[in-house]
Amino acid sequence: MVELSLPRNSKIKQGKTHKAKAGTKNIRRYQVYRWDPDTGENPSVDTYEVDMDSCGPMVLDGLIKIKNEMDPTLTFRRSCREGVCGSCAMNIDGTNTLACTKDMGDIKGDVKVYPLPHMEVVKDLVPDLSKAYAQYASIQPWLQADTPAPDKERLQSPEERERLDGLWECILCFCCTTSCPSYWWNSDRYLGPAVLLQAYRWIADSRDERSGDRLDNLEDPFRLYRCHTIMNCTNTCPKSLNPAKAIAETKKLLVERR
Amino acid sequence: MVDLRSDLARVRGLGSAKDGVHHWWVQRLSAIALVPLGIWFVVSAIKLAGVPLPAFKLWLNTGANVFLMVLFVGTLFYHLKLGLQIVIEDYLHVEKTKVVALMLNTFATIFVGAFSIFALVKVAFGG
Ligand code: SF4
Ligand code: SF4
Ligand code: FES
Repeated sequence: MVELSLPRNSKIKQGKTHKAKAGTKNIRRYQVYRWDPDTGENPSVDTYEVDMDSCGPMVLDGLIKIKNEMDPTLTFRRSCREGVCGSCAMNIDGTNTLACTKDMGDIKGDVKVYPLPHMEVVKDLVPDLSKAYAQYASIQPWLQADTPAPDKERLQSPEERERLDGLWECILCFCCTTSCPSYWWNSDRYLGPAVLLQAYRWIADSRDERSGDRLDNLEDPFRLYRCHTIMNCTNTCPKSLNPAKAIAETKKLLVERR
Repeated sequence: MVDLRSDLARVRGLGSAKDGVHHWWVQRLSAIALVPLGIWFVVSAIKLAGVPLPAFKLWLNTGANVFLMVLFVGTLFYHLKLGLQIVIEDYLHVEKTKVVALMLNTFATIFVGAFSIFALVKVAFGG
């Protein structure tokens, strides 16, 4: 059954407040989810008063400033800080997005930062993505062909290459997957939008020779058909991709091959 | 039981059921069929609101009305069965409860659907 009440250890307390230095003029308040597996305590939301006169414009800039200058215990992932690695995906101001490309100016009031929803938390803003990565591995995300490799590259016409647009750009941040209610309830069997978009990326690739096997692998009431076209995935994707459409295309191909 | 399988083993599980496209397709087909049938039904129901039984019988016996009614009721309950099945699979995660609920869903929708069709035929052709 769906659990309607939260387990006791997921009730969120009010945490510490880290004040800005006296005399700071331009303050932006961050409210950040904190959880430390070592203390055994419930999660809390800590408040940080960030000095905006010496801070970059993006939400990640504020988090880095907090970690460097106010509270080194704050834990989060980041790498490229320009929206290409997918590490800094988190729930900001109520939507899943990348901290490094989310402009603080677009947020009204306090900047509220939580980990990606409905995933186990490793610490603070770091979700456990092991299962999502295993799901990604299960769709075999690499080119598979039985025709021996030619001396040069495998050829693809410009039109064939165009079919991969809107798919190859995915950075596997899992913003979409963790926004999908179907994934929340059935992540043990439903693959979720990010992995399904990737699966379609290989089905759509004219150089790949295993489209049929790939479709076989997806044709399952849970792996694929838990998608009910709720569209949260497409609405939240920080790269403006459309996983719901990739899923719809996959369903179309499954009808077509009957 | 402690589950020490790897994440990949758990994700692959028992493999793909190689099924689902039929359910998806007939759910769409029945939805499309219900659009004209539903409009026809609502328009007829408004027209017939409050008429006495003999007038209703007469209407049912006119043209293709019984046929369309049976078609509408049949499609409706088939579509209902497919939809409720999805809801049950979404939200019931204990295997036993799920199987029982799916069975009850099949029985109940077929029973009520067949009963409605039987009633329609009886009213139309019965004495
Ligand atoms: S589709 Fe968008 S939201 Fe989903 S993983 Fe790829 S980039 Fe992230
Ligand atoms: S469209 Fe499908 S994958 Fe996207 S949020 Fe909805 S159910 Fe999830
Ligand atoms: S740090 Fe790489 S996407 Fe944000």
